[in-house]
Amino acid sequence: MSSIILKTAVRYLLPILLLFSIFLLLRGHHLPGGGFVGGLVASIAFVLHSFAHGTENTLKLLKYNPIRFIAMGLLLAACSMFIPILWGYPPMTALWVDRMIPVVGSIGTALFFDIGVYIVVVGAVLNILFTISLHSH
Amino acid sequence: MIDNHILATVLIQLFTAILQLVFWQKTLTQRILSVLGSTLAVCFSIELFSKVFTGETLVMNAAGWQAPFGIVFVADLFSSTLVVLTSLAGLAISLFSCVGISKPRLDYGYFPVFHFLIMGLTGAFLTGDIFNLYVWFEVIIIASFVLMTLGGRKTQLEGSVKYMALNILASTFFLTGIALLYGLTGTLNMADLAVKIREIDNPYLIEFAAIFFLLGFGTKSAIFPLYYWLPSSYHTPPSAVAATFGGLLTKVGVYAMFRVFTLIIPPSQFMQNILLFLAALTVLTGIFGMVNKRNIRKLFSYLIICHIGFMIGGLALFTKTAFLGGITYLIHDIIVKTNLFLVAGLMSFMRGSANYDNLGGLYKDYPKISLIIAVVLFSLVGVPPLSGFWPKIYLFGASLDANAYLFFCALILGSFFTLSVVIKLWSEAFWKEPKNREKLVDKFTVLPSKKKVFLILPIGLLAGISLMIGLNIEFVIQVADRISDELLDSSSYIQTVLK
Repeated sequence: MSSIILKTAVRYLLPILLLFSIFLLLRGHHLPGGGFVGGLVASIAFVLHSFAHGTENTLKLLKYNPIRFIAMGLLLAACSMFIPILWGYPPMTALWVDRMIPVVGSIGTALFFDIGVYIVVVGAVLNILFTISLHSH
Repeated sequence: MIDNHILATVLIQLFTAILQLVFWQKTLTQRILSVLGSTLAVCFSIELFSKVFTGETLVMNAAGWQAPFGIVFVADLFSSTLVVLTSLAGLAISLFSCVGISKPRLDYGYFPVFHFLIMGLTGAFLTGDIFNLYVWFEVIIIASFVLMTLGGRKTQLEGSVKYMALNILASTFFLTGIALLYGLTGTLNMADLAVKIREIDNPYLIEFAAIFFLLGFGTKSAIFPLYYWLPSSYHTPPSAVAATFGGLLTKVGVYAMFRVFTLIIPPSQFMQNILLFLAALTVLTGIFGMVNKRNIRKLFSYLIICHIGFMIGGLALFTKTAFLGGITYLIHDIIVKTNLFLVAGLMSFMRGSANYDNLGGLYKDYPKISLIIAVVLFSLVGVPPLSGFWPKIYLFGASLDANAYLFFCALILGSFFTLSVVIKLWSEAFWKEPKNREKLVDKFTVLPSKKKVFLILPIGLLAGISLMIGLNIEFVIQVADRISDELLDSSSYIQTVLK
């Protein structure tokens, strides 16, 4: 399926959807949103791209195999869970930096956990969908 | 006492699995990581055990939330003993898997999933929150689905459909039981549940919840009449996977039953009778299943069922002696059952099949290895002084004390038929001259000696542990004695958690 309308739309939609997913990710600590939803929106952006340009080109755009995303996301989430132990707190305790940072808000281990979830979701969804689409024909 | 390091073994398995995902399809790195991670996990689990054994029950409040509200992890002696055994079995299986699992399976992520499975098991043993226990069960079954279907042969898929359907059903029962308890008490923390449930004067609803737990855990640990998924699925995956399932997965159901029926809902007379009856029938069905099997892995599947009955019977009698027997049996069984499936894997390596028709002459060809396997089989049967002997003595004594003659007969028959199938196995596989020697596919002799070591070392390791349990039984009995005391009188557990 190659339609000029879809291709043009995707050129604008991909960055907007990715930005929106990051917005959802950062908003998620107190309000609806978070890593899981953000990750789903981000993976929709890439799925749209694969509809317009073909799965092979999306994989080129991503640079890494989606399974690497799963590994990296899990590593980030697991580290943010593990780090409090080094300061003598129980695992999974949220540690925060005192100073607020503009736009992002306060930074802490919980944020990195959410980013990890975001990456895992992107990796898992794309892995499932691309495996199906590459093997279906 | 608060200790923030009791999750060390869980975290080691988690990081091992994640690092193996990072090295996706680099099988050599994955193998090295697996063995390293498992060895580290054994060291840390032994450290945890010695801390608990010399000190007291350790507690960790996850994220610093206090006990009834947050999720707690509790390492009492029962949990930490099982964590040690799981880590040891995990090490043996990971060594065996380095050679025993074929390359395509390794390429599709056998090792990461295996470590996620072991992580789930250790987490389930350590958690002190009943909903969290459910979550660990889910981690376990999802990982086990992947392990069971990996490879995608037709028999494998057929076995795993049955396995999946019944295990999901079991999880639903378990979840319904949790929902009932939560509705009655408003808490999910096991220690808090134990306190609050004694204040409720509606024994019938609690009995109802207990039945749901019995159905859920009963299916997972394969007791009569919920067992039939086990023999129809355990012979299908490769031996290393079957060893994980046979040695560890059913035992986590037994552990959960011991935990729930001592701490949260001490069984009424009615429940005890049901449990005892089911235990006896479980032993008997195991016997009926195993007498005429000619495939050793199917035979071992029925042996698992038979011996699950021994442990459930130990719980059902609900006396100190019975607990001693049941728990010592659990300790012995994890090691021996894991080893049996590894042995089955080694035998099919040597002869190309696990069927009696193709086996034979193993003693003549491999006398030294046969000797190690003999230790395994002897401790399975319970020849003194090996590990299977001692728990049976306690179980016999306890069932006679409680006048539980049905269970007593089942025990005797179970032990007798275990002996008879092992004798048959020995004569068919080791002494008998193989029917047509030229047709045998010996994949073992052609292996380079480095690879042979990886197949024999784990069996030797576990056989050594069985031997150690048997010779050092005083220590094991001492541990089991303290565990039974803790199980029968849960007040110290409750106090430590809710402090």
